[in-house]
Amino acid sequence: MAAIAIVLGAVLGFAAIKFRTVGNPLADKIDAILPQTQCGQCSYPGCKPYATAIAAGEADINRCPPGGEEGIRKLADLLGVDFKPFGGDTNAPKPKSVAFIDESTCIGCTLCIQACPVDAIAGAAKQMHTIIAAECTGCELCVAPCPVDCISMVVIEEKITSWKWKYPAFALTPAK
Amino acid sequence: MRALYHFHGGIHPPSNKTQSTLLGIAPAPLPSRLIVPFHQHAGEAAKPLVHAGEKVLKGQLIGLPDGFISSAVHAPTSGTIAAIDMQPVAHPSGLPNLCATLIPDGKEEWIPLKVIDYHSLSPAELQQLLRMAGVVGLGGAAFPTDIKLRIGKQKINTLILNAAECEPYITCDDMLMRERAAEIVQGAEMLRFMVDAGEVLVGIEDNKPEAITAMQQAVTDSGMPFEVVSIPTIYPGGGAKQLIRVLTGLEVPSGKLPTDIGVQCFNVATTYSAYRALAHGEPLLSRIVTVTGNVRQARNYEVLIGTPINELVALSEVLPDSNSYIMGGPMMGLPLPTVHVPVIKATNCIIAASEKLFPPPPPALPCIRCTRCVEVCPAELQPQDLYWFAKARDFGKAQAFSLFDCIECGACSYVCPSHIPLVQYYRFAKSEIHAREKEKQTADSARERHEFHLHRIEREKQEKAEKLAAKERAAQAAKSGTTGSAAPNEATDIEVRRAHIRELAQSHVEHSKE
Repeated sequence: MAAIAIVLGAVLGFAAIKFRTVGNPLADKIDAILPQTQCGQCSYPGCKPYATAIAAGEADINRCPPGGEEGIRKLADLLGVDFKPFGGDTNAPKPKSVAFIDESTCIGCTLCIQACPVDAIAGAAKQMHTIIAAECTGCELCVAPCPVDCISMVVIEEKITSWKWKYPAFALTPAK
Repeated sequence: MRALYHFHGGIHPPSNKTQSTLLGIAPAPLPSRLIVPFHQHAGEAAKPLVHAGEKVLKGQLIGLPDGFISSAVHAPTSGTIAAIDMQPVAHPSGLPNLCATLIPDGKEEWIPLKVIDYHSLSPAELQQLLRMAGVVGLGGAAFPTDIKLRIGKQKINTLILNAAECEPYITCDDMLMRERAAEIVQGAEMLRFMVDAGEVLVGIEDNKPEAITAMQQAVTDSGMPFEVVSIPTIYPGGGAKQLIRVLTGLEVPSGKLPTDIGVQCFNVATTYSAYRALAHGEPLLSRIVTVTGNVRQARNYEVLIGTPINELVALSEVLPDSNSYIMGGPMMGLPLPTVHVPVIKATNCIIAASEKLFPPPPPALPCIRCTRCVEVCPAELQPQDLYWFAKARDFGKAQAFSLFDCIECGACSYVCPSHIPLVQYYRFAKSEIHAREKEKQTADSARERHEFHLHRIEREKQEKAEKLAAKERAAQAAKSGTTGSAAPNEATDIEVRRAHIRELAQSHVEHSKE
């Protein structure tokens, strides 16, 4: 009995060291579902902190407007909880857009560069700034700091390359 | 006689091919203007090389291949570029795409053509020539031919010329083989040389006896050891995987390419244009298009790429009760959003449709689980399950049930007693899955960039603190220093800076490792 206990204890001890979980796997899984806009609309400073808060049971799953209802559904699926519609205090989901700098108005103050969570604005002090549209997540964090209001959000239009087949729907025709 | 095999399922829709084979191929007259899209092929669009107002010669390169899977675009005739702008094109979305509008000058002035001896060049050089000649698959998918010829280490045992042309109404390959068989055989030898294939098989459905005779004659005349095989007529026998199965008995595994089992397929029209490109130096400027359906005189035309379809169908005199047009066949074809779109490299057929010819389908009824779709599916899928998953937007399950092995042939919708537009559901599910994968990629890159952003801010903070500390140390040293010599101070300063740089490099390496 004692021998078995010692052997099993050794195995468990070894496993605890060898297969130690690093980080928070649940938070990582939640983070993988979040859209990574890093917009802070959930009141947390980025997607990772929000994921950690959900994992710790401190935050609701319906606080991420860019993720949309589908995001909530996925989170509900992962966490085994019921779907919850968006709460009253969160913004409504918007169509995906990217920031656009009116370059003739930009004074080169670098405030937007400091606000951008994904370093998607190129420029330097007293030089014109511009958005790297491919990297912009549409978080709108650069809009508020701009002292000359030269940043606007442009909705991404559907192009041939991004077009999707629609869910088959058929127009009803009135009976003759 | 070669032993032939069967693939699962298949259907026998009315072929409707004889109408358009009564007359030979006619060259279509030069249209009033040509609209040449820069994105006519699978992969990336070509990059425009010309400006509005520029004069171009016939065969001049106007769009450079941009990206690995891409192809060149040429001026189909000599004339002036009137505009480079967004024009309506043949796409299910009905959205416009970048096109060059060319006003022909009627002179048909060619660029100087380079004739080469293909035996003197390596396969890689020949592939580059085909890429720059804009040769793409003319069967309908428009996949760049040079990519299909890059086979890597695989050994190709069998090269198959796909001349099955299984879809109803379409006869462009049939007529091409009847009239230009010798050139096709020469082209086949060039492709065989490039992939170093053992045997060459030409698969033709037995509803085209004239084409079979013509091809057999051309093969005998050329003395090549090719084999022309007559295969039973069944839709979709012209699907690459289905044709490979019928001719060789081999099955292309799910998610693999034909080259993985030592087979490669090319359409006959593609083979013909590869021959024109290599033997005559002519880029792909025209193709054979069947104009049929609700027209007075159905016929095949040799049409310049970019010819507006309204001008093309006018040649066959469209009957007044036509209400829409289909590009391709009735099974897999694309209903055109408007007739004012240009012919592209993938345009094999234009069908004028009327309510009498293609009555609108009755409203879809619920699936009754009769599994007739399972019986006819050539990819051996469970179409009713895929429909169920696509309808419920359960894309993971749809993928698990091999949605991406579906070739969208439409056999399932054809036999469905409830008239459910099954293929539309599969297309919807496929494009949703693709869009999600793309979204996931952008989210991953945003996450990476955000992490680097945080890391950079942290690093800058640290640097500032260290600089401050170094300054304080220096000030203290200056205070307590007796002689206060500048040299050692400078040395420590340099040491501090060096340490910074090392640290920066280190942290960068670490980040890129992450």
